[in-house]
Amino acid sequence: MLEITNLHASVDGKPILNGLDLKVAAGEVHAIMGPNGSGKSTLSYVLAGRDGYERTDGGITYKGRDLAELAPEERAGEGIFLAFQYPVEIPGIANATFLKTAYNAVRKYRGEPEVDAMEFLKLVRGKREMLGMSEEMLRRPVNVGFSGGEKKRNEILQMAVLDPTLAILDETDSGLDIDALKTVASGINALRGPDRAMVLITHYQRLLTYVEPDRVHVLSGGRIVKSGGKELALELERDGYANITAAA
Amino acid sequence: MGARDSHPLPYAGDHARVLPELPGAALDWLTGMRADSMARVADAGLPSTRSESWKYTNLRSLTKLSATPSTGAAAAAVADLPVVEGAHRLVFVDGGYRPDLSDPGTLPEGATLTNLAGALSAMPERIEGRLGALAAANGHAVVNLNTAFMSDGLVLMLDKDVVVDEPIHLVFSGSGSGARGASDTRGGVEQAANHMRNLIVAGPGSHVSVIESHLAAGGDAAYWTNPVTEIDVGEAAWLRHIKLQSDAAAATHLAFTRARVARDGGYENFALSLGAGLSRNEIEVVLAGAGASCRLDGAFLMRGKQHCDTTTLIEHAAPGCTSNEVYKGVLDGRARGVFQGKIVVAKDAQQTNGHQQCKSILLSDHAEIDTKPELEIYADDVKCSHGATAGELDENSLFYLRARGVPEDEARSMLILAFLDELLEEITVLPVRTQLQALVEDWLATREGEAA
Repeated sequence: MLEITNLHASVDGKPILNGLDLKVAAGEVHAIMGPNGSGKSTLSYVLAGRDGYERTDGGITYKGRDLAELAPEERAGEGIFLAFQYPVEIPGIANATFLKTAYNAVRKYRGEPEVDAMEFLKLVRGKREMLGMSEEMLRRPVNVGFSGGEKKRNEILQMAVLDPTLAILDETDSGLDIDALKTVASGINALRGPDRAMVLITHYQRLLTYVEPDRVHVLSGGRIVKSGGKELALELERDGYANITAAA
Repeated sequence: MGARDSHPLPYAGDHARVLPELPGAALDWLTGMRADSMARVADAGLPSTRSESWKYTNLRSLTKLSATPSTGAAAAAVADLPVVEGAHRLVFVDGGYRPDLSDPGTLPEGATLTNLAGALSAMPERIEGRLGALAAANGHAVVNLNTAFMSDGLVLMLDKDVVVDEPIHLVFSGSGSGARGASDTRGGVEQAANHMRNLIVAGPGSHVSVIESHLAAGGDAAYWTNPVTEIDVGEAAWLRHIKLQSDAAAATHLAFTRARVARDGGYENFALSLGAGLSRNEIEVVLAGAGASCRLDGAFLMRGKQHCDTTTLIEHAAPGCTSNEVYKGVLDGRARGVFQGKIVVAKDAQQTNGHQQCKSILLSDHAEIDTKPELEIYADDVKCSHGATAGELDENSLFYLRARGVPEDEARSMLILAFLDELLEEITVLPVRTQLQALVEDWLATREGEAA
């Protein structure tokens, strides 16, 4: 589904990714771990198409298509979803309006009919309840006044509504207490499926206790320096990044 | 004032010729006031950008135009006038009242709603001493021009405790036709001037909402509209005043409003400015009695080469008064916005609360906003603040929306609406809020069309 080959990317002219290779097949969950500054967030922004995150070499194909030619909104339409490390607060736009606009924009892109407000609320209800979110949270402005846990749950709600085929979750576990982490993890697990691929970007192992990855990769200096099964995460937790990144 | 500090008016001589045709010509007090005002304009000319209050707004283009009132009122064709459901409606076309298009409806006892020209012949005694009391002949050239040439407008008078439930809706439409008295020798553009003059006297304890819609009768009509509004808010009275300005792109809109608010009275003014190539919305409020309050809010959405100036003066003349101002600008293309806000707190005006804010979003590198806040405080127990910000649309928010599948143009529009939402939500007259939101959405939709 996703194939990254020798990816080089820079931000403000500064090289951050230096020959990254990654293959993720449908149905798989991959974890990308790495110390701060290893290029984890840059990878997520390059995948989502953020301005200023420039690919200088190598390539990304998604479902066999070169991603570079697609704008962020087209990538969303094609089924790519990025759960933000820092979800953005937007005063003046109600959460429900935001969700519905996004949902209909994606449906429009996919050539499906748009839905009205009533239909939409029905569709959202079950997903919202699964994540323990009140109806009131839909009426509030997007992420404004939300706690860290509420913001992350809101990201997972968006993911559930937009039904992506490739979900990239950037530090979704950061800033969460253990209860919030469990809620978010069960939300992620509920969305695992044979047609969907997930990339979990994280600094810590603890999310992976609740969401078991198929593969774990260590990112350092803008490259994948080691890959393995889920036991690699435990090894990292025990020994730290220093051994691996130094060896590489 | 020396010639270099002002623009002389070549058409000053037209006044004597049209004076006998203006409404109330038989009233000595009025004719005297008109002549006095004209003499001041003729003497001082129009202010140049050397004048502090006109530093950012250049009136030079007006010296090429005729200031005399147009005569097209009766004939001009008018299409698609905005309607506020249930409102008492007065329609003015090219500065003249059009009873055939109006529907004043029935007002409660003690309320007088009529047009100025009619009032000057039917009840001049109720107008004398009130007209010109707040916008007197003074150093303000644009106000003086209005007084000299004023043709028609609203007269609204409410006796004590009269509450008008439905809003008063004023429609001012300009066609640009029928300029009168413009002499050929100037070689300038012949353009009609509409000097509307509105007088509102809200007696003690009264309550009313007044909505103004300013628009073009036809697509690209060129005209100069110069409305002056005098408002007297009595003790514990409340006046809510909303203006929607969507004049033609070729039009010039210079508006002046002065309100005096008595003890415990309240005045709220909201202005949405979308139209006119050159516009200035100038508001002066005197909080004259203890406990009086005012809110001045507005939004301006400008593009192309439009110039929009908002100038406010709030005088806290009595203790315990409150004023709040929030203006928001959205500027695209080569548009220029100006915000000048002055708050004066008199020596005796203790326990004053005065807050002022202007926030702008610049959608293009060539758009510009100039803000000039001024606080002049002579009392010592005062809470006053002002703030101005200008910036681009937030890149993080824009990317967030796009990453969720919302196309870029639509995402921009959503963020602009969100920026204005805080103000639009405050409009409590619901049919007007709906109309206002529709105007803003239209503006945004045409913007997307241009970008595509």
